[in-house]
Amino acid sequence: MVGAGMSPFGMFADRDSKDLFLQAFQEMLHSVDRGVDPGDIEALYLGNFTNDFFVQQSHWGAILADTLGLVPRPATRIEGACASSALAFREAVFSIASGFYDVVLVGGFEDMSKQATEQVAEGLALAASPYERSAGFTFPGVFGAIATAYFDKYGATREHLMNVTIKSHNNAPLNPKAQFQQTIQGIMASRAVKAKKKGGPVPEWQDEKQFLGDPQANPVVAWPMHLFDCSPISDGAACILLVGEEIARSFTEEPLYVAGLGQASGRALHAAEDLTYFEATRRAAQEAYGMSDLTPQDIQFAEVHDCFSIAEIMHIEDLGFFKPGQGYQAVADGLTRLDGPKPINTSGGLKCKGHPVGATGAAQLIEVWEQLRNKAGKRQVPHPDLRFGAAHNLGGTGGTCTFTILERR
Amino acid sequence: MEEQPVSDYGYQQYLQEEKLMGSRCTACGALYVPPRGRCSACQQTQMEWQQMQGTGKLAAFTSIAIGPPFMIEQGFDRNNPYCSAVIELTEGPRVVARVEGVDARQPEEIQVGMRLVARFAQRAVGDEVTTSLTFAPV
Ligand SMILES: [Zn+2]
Repeated sequence: MVGAGMSPFGMFADRDSKDLFLQAFQEMLHSVDRGVDPGDIEALYLGNFTNDFFVQQSHWGAILADTLGLVPRPATRIEGACASSALAFREAVFSIASGFYDVVLVGGFEDMSKQATEQVAEGLALAASPYERSAGFTFPGVFGAIATAYFDKYGATREHLMNVTIKSHNNAPLNPKAQFQQTIQGIMASRAVKAKKKGGPVPEWQDEKQFLGDPQANPVVAWPMHLFDCSPISDGAACILLVGEEIARSFTEEPLYVAGLGQASGRALHAAEDLTYFEATRRAAQEAYGMSDLTPQDIQFAEVHDCFSIAEIMHIEDLGFFKPGQGYQAVADGLTRLDGPKPINTSGGLKCKGHPVGATGAAQLIEVWEQLRNKAGKRQVPHPDLRFGAAHNLGGTGGTCTFTILERR
Repeated sequence: MEEQPVSDYGYQQYLQEEKLMGSRCTACGALYVPPRGRCSACQQTQMEWQQMQGTGKLAAFTSIAIGPPFMIEQGFDRNNPYCSAVIELTEGPRVVARVEGVDARQPEEIQVGMRLVARFAQRAVGDEVTTSLTFAPV
């Protein structure tokens, strides 16, 4: 990995996927220390979930190749729900490892905010199984149900989920690309100011958990998932340049190497082995650890797919960072904070950085890239020698999971 | 009853007759609800229909305040949420369905593990009446 760039994540009424991807592409080109001639890019692998539905446009491979001026290079669009661009990354790695290409562009993008919230929810539900949809399940609903099973098995509570949200909101203001730029404390202060201006009663919350427990401030979406447990509707694009290992140093002194990668498929909710873990995440992690000869202890920090707060707790268990049933306590103990022993979602995660679904997998890898190259600014993991970081991406209700380990040598 | 193909279509046809049916592998005995025409455990395709008792317990649930359009059309919203759940059948397999007869406004009161029984709900869609699987407390 020799280059990376991404657009800011947020809701942009005046910018579409082409605009955002172009911005990510330009930033990627500038990130290549010794420069890259765009003409040397041999192929494009692009992840996108459902712009077909969100903006009624398909065939994004060719459209973006044309937008970037890279015609006639082959461009392939890959769909794996919210894991689309991690799959694109994986296919690009294979295309280089096979010896077919040397210089390949990986991208991800999604344009979600042009639709009303109900339509976005309907679009996202396309990744659920038909059984789940006919039982009235929404995505927050599926993760809400999973949370009740986890609570029942391990004794965790809503308060434990709040710890995830508070941590994500602490990291996000340190990331200039993040959709949300306020801590929960900051949001509480602005709400109080707003109420005062309106002349209404000024809400008084003793602390962040009281704010998150206030149904006015944090309404239920699908019990026990509340608004602040859910990742937002976002637009955004991310772009990565991958090259063959033997030529990497002609692009930069500090390339990152793909130490291991795994992908696995999971079953529909009703047929899951167990409701308190994701079988496909465990399998993908096993594959990546096996390939890299690394263990969970070797991974110094990670981005994980926190589409909902409960998901982050399950992933840090499934990836082996904490034992099953101990993830929620690890978060409560501050072990996953930016200054903790295992920082998780330093970017702010999907919850706060934003979740333009098709862009998320690539954007997670870009956070790992910035951290490992010591370019993460105010949110830099305070460790003198970062060598291994990883990204976990999940599609649908766990149907597609990936785990990718990057290494700085 | 008429023998239905082992597929989602056949499953739905039996639901119209108020029967909750699964498929059992004649080779290894694995049971699937909804049915599978091919056994995931042993890869055989010789499956036979088996009727479920329609009893089970609540494995996981949610109370949905913001539903999809077809639920909103039925009158559900933030003030009138509904309960969707994963139900573990007495025979072992799990299914997803709505749970009625619980107060979705008080999700704290709904207990994982509570015993449930199948209820076949009729709903008019245009000129047709369709039957769907729901559950309710015993
Ligand atoms: Zn079998």
